[in-house]
Amino acid sequence: MIVELIEFLLKRQRGLRTAGSIALAIIVVWSVTGVDTHHAHTWLEKYIPGFWAIFASISALVLIFVASWLGRSGIMTREEYYDI
Amino acid sequence: MTSSFLHPSLILIFGAALLPLARGPFRRPYLCLVPILTLLDVVYLSWHPGLHGVVEFLDRWTLVFGRVDSLSMVFAFIMALMAIIGTIYGLHVRDNSQHIAAWLYVSGSLGVIYSGDYLVLFLFWELMAFSSTFLIWLNRDEGATAAGFRYLLVHTFGGVLLLLGFVLHYQTTGDLSFNQLDPQNTTLATWLIMGGLMLNAAVVPFHSWLPDAYSRATITGAVFMCAFTTKTAVYTLARAFAGFEVLIVLGVVMAIYGIVYAIIENDIRRLLGWEIISQVGYMVAGVGIGTALAINGTCAHAFAHILYKGLLFMAAGAVIHATGRSKFTDLGGLYRKMPMTLIFMLIGGVSVSAFPFFSGFVSKSMIIAAAFEAHLLPAAFLLTMVSAGTFLVAGLRLPYLLFFGENRCSQSTWDKATDPPWNMHLAMLCAAFLCLFIGSYLPFLYGMLPYQEINFHPYTSYHLSETLQILGFTALIFALFRNKLAPQATISLDLDWFYRLGGRGFLWLATHPIQWLDTAWGAVYRVVGLYSLIAIARFSAWFDWHGIDGLVDGSARCVRAIGRRLALVLQRGNIQQTIYLSVTFVAILLVSYVWF
Repeated sequence: MIVELIEFLLKRQRGLRTAGSIALAIIVVWSVTGVDTHHAHTWLEKYIPGFWAIFASISALVLIFVASWLGRSGIMTREEYYDI
Repeated sequence: MTSSFLHPSLILIFGAALLPLARGPFRRPYLCLVPILTLLDVVYLSWHPGLHGVVEFLDRWTLVFGRVDSLSMVFAFIMALMAIIGTIYGLHVRDNSQHIAAWLYVSGSLGVIYSGDYLVLFLFWELMAFSSTFLIWLNRDEGATAAGFRYLLVHTFGGVLLLLGFVLHYQTTGDLSFNQLDPQNTTLATWLIMGGLMLNAAVVPFHSWLPDAYSRATITGAVFMCAFTTKTAVYTLARAFAGFEVLIVLGVVMAIYGIVYAIIENDIRRLLGWEIISQVGYMVAGVGIGTALAINGTCAHAFAHILYKGLLFMAAGAVIHATGRSKFTDLGGLYRKMPMTLIFMLIGGVSVSAFPFFSGFVSKSMIIAAAFEAHLLPAAFLLTMVSAGTFLVAGLRLPYLLFFGENRCSQSTWDKATDPPWNMHLAMLCAAFLCLFIGSYLPFLYGMLPYQEINFHPYTSYHLSETLQILGFTALIFALFRNKLAPQATISLDLDWFYRLGGRGFLWLATHPIQWLDTAWGAVYRVVGLYSLIAIARFSAWFDWHGIDGLVDGSARCVRAIGRRLALVLQRGNIQQTIYLSVTFVAILLVSYVWF
């Protein structure tokens, strides 16, 4: 049953993308209009709409690119590196 | 103190000793019974807080085996619970040694948690290190023996640091009790103790042993190891080092360092190992913040982390158990063959990623909130950044590369892949249920936390909106840049490079210059020493023969010659003449004696 459900969803990737985009839009609209930010930790969160969406996007990008850059800079090496 | 105190570690130690006697149909019930009794004992003790098992040692030291208070209770409870789950997960394992090592390891952890002084702590600390090494060695795969030795050596170093710290601390204070140390009055002993504890908590730069060891341990062994060593160390840090600000910095560094390495990792269990370092970073930072909310957050996160990380290691173990492969580059597309394992891994992934209604949501947020409340904005924002990274790695990259995406399995791997036996399912089901239960029913976890006066409400609209934004947009970035996260058949160099190559350098030194010196010394000894010794020996023999023996023999020959001459004069065969000469000689002697 689980396999059928996954294959059903995988066959409808365009629909999935649309559903995901709508969900993201709802989250942002709700966060901007429906959530009280008076108890936010900092003024950044209070006054920048969708602050955490921007923060998460930048964070994920920074982590991906920093990790990728570090890997290419010599951290990633051949698997048998430590084999004598 | 209650007279009926039975240390939970003793149940596990005796249980392990008697395990070989449990055979046939009794073995599996026995395997379940021992950790269940341990948990019941822990629960019983939690109804009797105070000091138990207080022993006078050598009329000089007071040892405390059972300090039961609000901090030790929560950690002991989750350790005992995880011992049950881990044992159920390993029920199919026929090798008794693995169960014995695991139970001794858990008993070490419980012993540390209940210890009230440094001596007892050190005893159980070393029991943990020693027994967990066998969880690596008992994996007969290539590289496990060497990894076990590395693990043992690193932990021996940590143990030595700790012991030095304890001795110095005792020398300066005369006190062995294991309590909060003063951040304003630090000594060398303080830093040595902290260093020893930090090594077990895998604090950067003492962290490299963790992914190395956990990826080489037995499948069941890794499930145990992911729960006990680091979280026991977090307990000890929370007990003695709350409010040490250096831990905030180290915790944040751990969180970032672990997640960056997890992003580029190719081995499933190494990735989860890096993820542990990252998550323990939150706890270490929480200890460093040291406020009541932060300590509550640390305890809650350790509790939640043991369950979801155990679940992730169990799901990863199920994949390795079925396929014999542990690298993303050898796996992929497994949802068709292992759908239940996928579900459990997803539950572990969403729990660690702090999805609402799952355990991470109610625990991790407490530490971040404590950082914001303490106005530690850089730490708070960086830890939130790592939350996005956690979802990226454990919630998205891990299940995507294993179960979806490109199928990189060989035909034999694909044929072998199947969901694991019932006991592994049951263990994962228990952990998955608890992840959901903790996240949905707050009093269960929050009721156990040490500072009950602190009120924390994770289910506010603001926190929900913050979390959903972070999760949603991290998923968006993953969808857009997932090719950047594709696996590569590589390993990542880390600080273990220094001691691994240092060890190799030492080996080179031993086999080349030191060996050369030894050979040269042997040659010098042979040429100079041996020949001169032979020459001296020959001279001695000559001197002995010709000098000493000549002198002695010459004297003897001289006496013999004189005797012969005398005999010729005195013993001519004429008895009267002989008597005459003898009597005359005696008379002369007597006269001389009397006269003089």
